[in-house]
Amino acid sequence: MLQSPAAPEQSRRLAVLPGLPRRASRRPRRSFTAVFGTGWALAVGIAAALVVIFPLVWMLATSLKPEAQIITAHPGLFPTQITWSNYAQAWTAIDFPRLLLNTTIFAGGVTVLSLTFDSLTAYALARLDFPGKNVMFVLILITLMLPFQVNLVPLFLELTSFHWINTYQGLILPRATNAFGIFFLRQFFLSIPKEVEDAARIDGASDFKIYRKIILPMSFPAVLTLGLFHFMYNWNDLLWPLIVSTSSSMYTLSSGLALFLGSHVILYGLVMAGSVMAIVPMVVAFVLVQRRFVESIATSGLR
Amino acid sequence: MQDATATVRARLMTWAARLREPFATKARRRRMLTAYTFMLPSLVVLAVFMFYPLVRAAWLSLTNYAFFGSSHFIGLGNYVQLVHDPQFWGDLVNTVYYAGVTTPVSVALALALALLLNRQRLPGRGILRAAIFVPAVVSLAVAAIPFRLMFTPSIGFATFWLARLGIHTSDWLTSQTLAMPAVIIVGIWKNVGFYMVIYIAGLQTIPREFYEAATIDGASPWARFRRITLPLLSNTTMFVTIIAAIASFQAFDQIFVMTGGGPAFSTETLVMLIYREGFSNFQMGYASAIGYVLLLIILVLSLLQMRFFNRRIVRY
Repeated sequence: MLQSPAAPEQSRRLAVLPGLPRRASRRPRRSFTAVFGTGWALAVGIAAALVVIFPLVWMLATSLKPEAQIITAHPGLFPTQITWSNYAQAWTAIDFPRLLLNTTIFAGGVTVLSLTFDSLTAYALARLDFPGKNVMFVLILITLMLPFQVNLVPLFLELTSFHWINTYQGLILPRATNAFGIFFLRQFFLSIPKEVEDAARIDGASDFKIYRKIILPMSFPAVLTLGLFHFMYNWNDLLWPLIVSTSSSMYTLSSGLALFLGSHVILYGLVMAGSVMAIVPMVVAFVLVQRRFVESIATSGLR
Repeated sequence: MQDATATVRARLMTWAARLREPFATKARRRRMLTAYTFMLPSLVVLAVFMFYPLVRAAWLSLTNYAFFGSSHFIGLGNYVQLVHDPQFWGDLVNTVYYAGVTTPVSVALALALALLLNRQRLPGRGILRAAIFVPAVVSLAVAAIPFRLMFTPSIGFATFWLARLGIHTSDWLTSQTLAMPAVIIVGIWKNVGFYMVIYIAGLQTIPREFYEAATIDGASPWARFRRITLPLLSNTTMFVTIIAAIASFQAFDQIFVMTGGGPAFSTETLVMLIYREGFSNFQMGYASAIGYVLLLIILVLSLLQMRFFNRRIVRY
């Protein structure tokens, strides 16, 4: 095993010291280093956070500058005069309302359909007993391991033959179920004890009723978390809308802005304003549900 | 001879019986019907938009299909062409370069940040965590736009201030050596907060008593990290490393926005090659073959992950 030169010495210390009595004299010194350490950690933490959010702050600042202040030999961070005209221009130049509508329908449609289909399948896999269950589960697990890019070409051809290129159904339906979502909800449904549905079964409730009235309400936090993931993933996606939407009236925010940047003489302020408007909904949503969101990633360790 | 036939027949009978079993009683038939009705929507979607395209991609990869014009079966022709295609090898090297830098740097940074922001008495650590996590919720394609402008010399904030600090750099995005580091930085920026959060969850599963005991025994902070934290986080590290590797082998968004694969294809990855061959050159058979190479790479990484997941429960 590879070890740094200091390591054997430390392991010796670890080996020897358990027998030694505890030294009370160390305590005050430790609290001093703890305070000092916290100050140091705070400084590094703030520096790291600033570095990470800097590009976003710069984007916001630039979007508020008149063009003459952006293309200059001495770019400052903050605008000396604030202008909203970039936003007004971006709104019409990239047809922002249209992109916003497309993105909302795409991400929202996928989320609603996928949550419905995923939870139905997860219910069968978690709470019903039937032949072929293991085969089905393994099949779904396998699809988790496939990069979706391998399907880009055949999916494009398939959507072309359906005449679904540049349509919402073309964007949404291929994503209407998600192996990860099925897996995630199945794990959650498995954790609900069997007893909760016994009373309903005795009263003769159907499986659909149990799914709808008992399992789904009890799984609300998991469903909400998964919904956030679906929505965010599709809202932010680039490659899929790039393939399905070839006409500018069907672009999403990501693909619309990316293609706008590639095809125009760039008005920097305008592009920055469009970018700000594109990411603000996600950032606001994140701030609102921040705690739950971070916790659920932490506990499920996903994507 | 007679015996052998009898055995085969007996075996066939049991198989048939087993196959008939689910349909034997009315209750069983109903149970199966219910289950498959529940799964029907998902199964239809998976069949039509996942398994069928997968098979079709395999078939396409054996043809010279080009969207406009006729298609012929050419066997392994595309794969043979791949092996002799310097473009493919160049892009494979680019992809490995991208993943080879992005993965370890992201994981190491995420661990460092997690250790830093998991301190009990750190004021404002929730806000700091959230700030570092923000890139994970924004669109990488859109976030790459300010990055692209920051690296543009005419308005370039980054280049201007680096020059002020005495570091004179050329235009990163048009330099064959600096364009890749630029897109790597953005790739790391996007995911480091996400991995950090997973690491923080891992850290919180380590009982505090371990550290207390080690501190009492006089273990230095480095020894505590090296002998307690790191070994107990090995599962998390493996998990994060593999999902980071899978994500970086699929890099596309920020490269598409910042360089479009250039200059001189120096930032073109395998996914970008699939996109270009399939949707600019319309060499769809060839693009499908490249897709299968990507599938193979990701599959190996995923199997590693699966293997690891099965051994995941390490208890101390």
